[in-house]
Amino acid sequence: MKTSLKWIRSMVDGMEDITPSQYADAMTMSGSKVELFEQLDSKLDNIKIGKIEKIEKHPDADKLVICQVNVGDKSVQIVTGASNVFEGAIVPVVLSGGKVAGDHDGKQSVSGIKIKKGKLRGVESDGMLCSIEELGSDRNLFPDAPENGIYILPDDAPVGEDAISFLGLDDCVVEYEITSNRVDCFSVIGIAREAAATFGKPFRPPVVTDTGNSDDVNDYVSVEVKNTKLCPRYTARVVKNVNIAPSPDWMQQRLRSQGIRPINNLVDITNYVMEEFGQPMHAYDLDTIEDKKIIVRNASNGEKFVTLDGQEHTLDESMLMICDGKKPVGIGGIMGGENSMITDDVKTMLFEAACFDGTNIRLSAKKLGMRTEASGIFEKGLDPNNAILAMNRACQLIEELGAGEVVGGVIDIYPEKREPVSLPFEPEKYNRILGTSISKEDMLSYFVPLEIEYNESSNMLKIPTFRQDLLSYADIAEEVARFWGYDRIPSTLPSGEATAGKLSERLVLDNIARDAAEHCGFSEAMTYSFESPKVFDRLLLPEDHPMRQAIVISNPLGEDFSIMRTSALNGLLSSLSTNYNHRNKDVRLYELAKIYIPKGLPLSELPDERVQFIMGFFGEGDFFTLKGAVEEFFEKAGLRKKIQYDTNAGSYPFLHPGRRALISYEGREFGFMGEVHPLTCQNYNIKDRVYIANIDLPMVLPLMTFDHKYEGIARFPAATRDLSMVVPHGITAGQIEAVFESEGGQYLEGYQLFDIYEGSQVLKGHKSMAYSLVFRASNRSLEEADITDAVDGIIDALSKLGISLRK
Amino acid sequence: MNEKLKEIQAKALKKIDDARGMDSLNEVRVAVLGKKGELTALLKGMKDVSAEDRPKIGQMVNDARAQIENRLQEARAAIEREEMERRLAEETIDVTLPARREKRGHRHPNSIALEEVERIFIGMGYEVVEGPEVEYDYYNFEALNIPANHPAKDEQDTFFINKDILLRTQTSSVQVHQMEQGRLPIRMIAPGRVFRSDEVDATHSPSFHQIEGMVIDKDITFSDLKGTLAQFAKEMFGEDTKVKFRPHHFPFTEPSAEVDISCFKCKGKGCRFCKGEGWIEILGCGQVHPRVLKMSGIDPDEYTGFAFGLGLERITLFKYEIDDMRLLYDNDDRFLRQF
Repeated sequence: MKTSLKWIRSMVDGMEDITPSQYADAMTMSGSKVELFEQLDSKLDNIKIGKIEKIEKHPDADKLVICQVNVGDKSVQIVTGASNVFEGAIVPVVLSGGKVAGDHDGKQSVSGIKIKKGKLRGVESDGMLCSIEELGSDRNLFPDAPENGIYILPDDAPVGEDAISFLGLDDCVVEYEITSNRVDCFSVIGIAREAAATFGKPFRPPVVTDTGNSDDVNDYVSVEVKNTKLCPRYTARVVKNVNIAPSPDWMQQRLRSQGIRPINNLVDITNYVMEEFGQPMHAYDLDTIEDKKIIVRNASNGEKFVTLDGQEHTLDESMLMICDGKKPVGIGGIMGGENSMITDDVKTMLFEAACFDGTNIRLSAKKLGMRTEASGIFEKGLDPNNAILAMNRACQLIEELGAGEVVGGVIDIYPEKREPVSLPFEPEKYNRILGTSISKEDMLSYFVPLEIEYNESSNMLKIPTFRQDLLSYADIAEEVARFWGYDRIPSTLPSGEATAGKLSERLVLDNIARDAAEHCGFSEAMTYSFESPKVFDRLLLPEDHPMRQAIVISNPLGEDFSIMRTSALNGLLSSLSTNYNHRNKDVRLYELAKIYIPKGLPLSELPDERVQFIMGFFGEGDFFTLKGAVEEFFEKAGLRKKIQYDTNAGSYPFLHPGRRALISYEGREFGFMGEVHPLTCQNYNIKDRVYIANIDLPMVLPLMTFDHKYEGIARFPAATRDLSMVVPHGITAGQIEAVFESEGGQYLEGYQLFDIYEGSQVLKGHKSMAYSLVFRASNRSLEEADITDAVDGIIDALSKLGISLRK
Repeated sequence: MNEKLKEIQAKALKKIDDARGMDSLNEVRVAVLGKKGELTALLKGMKDVSAEDRPKIGQMVNDARAQIENRLQEARAAIEREEMERRLAEETIDVTLPARREKRGHRHPNSIALEEVERIFIGMGYEVVEGPEVEYDYYNFEALNIPANHPAKDEQDTFFINKDILLRTQTSSVQVHQMEQGRLPIRMIAPGRVFRSDEVDATHSPSFHQIEGMVIDKDITFSDLKGTLAQFAKEMFGEDTKVKFRPHHFPFTEPSAEVDISCFKCKGKGCRFCKGEGWIEILGCGQVHPRVLKMSGIDPDEYTGFAFGLGLERITLFKYEIDDMRLLYDNDDRFLRQF
């Protein structure tokens, strides 16, 4: 919302000394946030209205002329290249030492261009004649200005006076952010009312007077509203003997300050009232209205209609049409029809000021793909009581401007009048919510300019209908706070019962994962929760793979963001790919990524949201580097039992078939890890080996524990035994270690692989592996004899796997 | 005998003084004090000394021996010291050579900023909780006083799964979940992802994070909200941070406010960073709307409360002076390493 500051000042007494910046600050602090304000003449200085008395040719330049210009108290000589000047022309003249806003081709400078006395081709020039662009405006707002040339002022413009104020450029345009609850503030009156309350000054809205001749409007037209829910109020008046002409300067200037191009008196009046009252109006040529009848009804499905911009639209039955006795003439609240629009030949005009259901307007405009200025206002839900004021104001202006003869009487279809709401005046309650002790009298003083009436005997507040946002004591408390000043409310801290601040267990686990991953060199990534269904193909998932069961967004930003992810893989692989293609080396990333697993599709209840701890890298390191990071995490989370890596389970087509494992703990699946399948790497455009591990944190959470006891430092020496083995190729370390675990006996403390070798020195189809076994008792030194049985048992069990000891 | 002793002693001391290195010192020791050494030989000649002279001579020999041993000891220590000094000199390194560091991972700047926010509110007794991201319409809108057909619900802003289920557009939905649990008082913050149908650019993302905060107790006032957020702003952005509360509108709070903080870069003077305003908008807040309390089963006549919501990315971008939001989701290692 924009307003001219001059217009606001015209409705609030005693605002003359308030500067634009004071105004902006105060309005912002009372709730009408000023986004910016622009002084229209900030770059203009010393520009007078001049009359060209005489024009001579320049002796040395064909394209220049020498003008003698009367600027009131003197005559100045100005050389110009403009071709549209003539003797007797009244023009804006910047005198030497003055400033213009930009150059004649419309390029605006930051702080204005200073004009100095000088010579053009040897002839002295003392100032400059101005184009509209040089005055900081444009031909859109001043349609009578020439495309290339000096802006010629009307013949009666007062020579010698200030051209800036003559053109109404001595104004300030203020732009506000109006919140959706304050429909009333989408009008100059609404903003002025706020300004009056903000500055504590009397509010003087325009006085709407009675209008109309002795004719009766009902003899000209009748109105029937068939759907009063979608059109709670419809007012109509008629103007005959319409006389189209330019509107007066004051009206044009106010419209320009609001950024609106003046067109003619009829259009300007509708726009003016729209700005002033925030009520869109529409004008029909009454001679095009058949049967002299307006019918407001729902459209029928498939009904076609051409709006005044020449576009044809297909309607449906949810939309509201304005029709005459035979045909539709407008889409209610959105746009009028080509068939009934005002032309220069109009003789009799029908004015409409109506109120439409906001939601219906919004939905219809969206369906039709035509969000117009009117629909943008109506969709906010207007006060029906405002419609008649706007209508009568428009007719008042018609009479004042001599734009036609207003026919007596008003047609007003308003079956359910909106009455003001009453709320009890509860000063203690407001103070209790705010933490203040504002006096009752102060509170009541704020209500006066807001037009909230207080009835002392009933202790009730009557809320004007244009304040649809004031419905409860909390809303009134805000009104009090706004005008008392938010900045004057004290700052305190909540008292009351102490509470223990903490992270939820789940968030604690997230942090453990972060610490573990970062400890192992992985940096944290964040990726989107939605992705493209194409990722399933990139991950080589078969058609029936469960990961393909994803939740689909009904209105996505495009296919790439159309499903909720069911795995964290794509995000991480895409991020690794970004890094790989930026030629970053040795990149390790992790993410705590939520996945969304539907309990059934289509979705009828909320999905299972599971945080996945995913780590991935390319460059330095291998499968076992990643395995180290996985084990680091399990240990930090307090899961200290042995983790199982199963190579044969699970369906992970995106992993290398020989380098993948399902990660399980206490016999339950917790995740998977492995090298990414080269085809998947190719799909992500990574020409390097990539490793990923994915752990489902909801599985870990119930087992997370910090309950861990000190075991003491071993006081007795250990007995160690190294086993150097020839192992058939297919036997895994896991199988060997399972033998150690089962046969190792009570003293086996631990074991460690210290050598693994495959090659020419080893029997074909075999590998050489060497483990060091450590045995220890807590209460004595072990003798050789104590471990012989265990070692023999191990060797015996190993031999059953085809493993022999190296000689 | 006496002369002989003096001569041996003088010779030995000189040899010790002249000795270069541990080896020549050893030679001296063997030559004088060794089994076949000169002093040892002299001692062996004691049997020829008369009985009354023997103690005296013996004493002299012992003195000479002690003196030589002392001198040897000193010389050895000197040589050891010299050798150590030489070794230390040889071991000089160039301390300006580059450091070797274990390669550690880096936390995402969003997480670092969030931890900071969490730390501050945990210190004030707030519990950090979460709520679902795929959410029922009721929690995201209706229970927050945003009825059906409210423009905020417009498809333009909200990603819908179907007519009842959507991607939450605000963490305010967690307010409702917490209130419904019926455990009072409440002091919570709820960080999490939210979704809005905005195209990706330098300042927009269809997915970002908010941190919701809510306190519900007896006699919680708007002034408590002001004090709490002022405290937060000081801890988060520096002791001299000023806070400005401006009236605003949110359907689920009344009175409502937007909060600006003084620009921490120019301290409020106005700079490019704060677009010349001297203030930066960081959050929206207000007193929980009585209708919202009532809908979630809390009696607004008995309990009041406040709520606030801040954008995590906004804080992250400001805190680290990051000029493009897309960087936060690119996960470029060159970016992440800087945190």
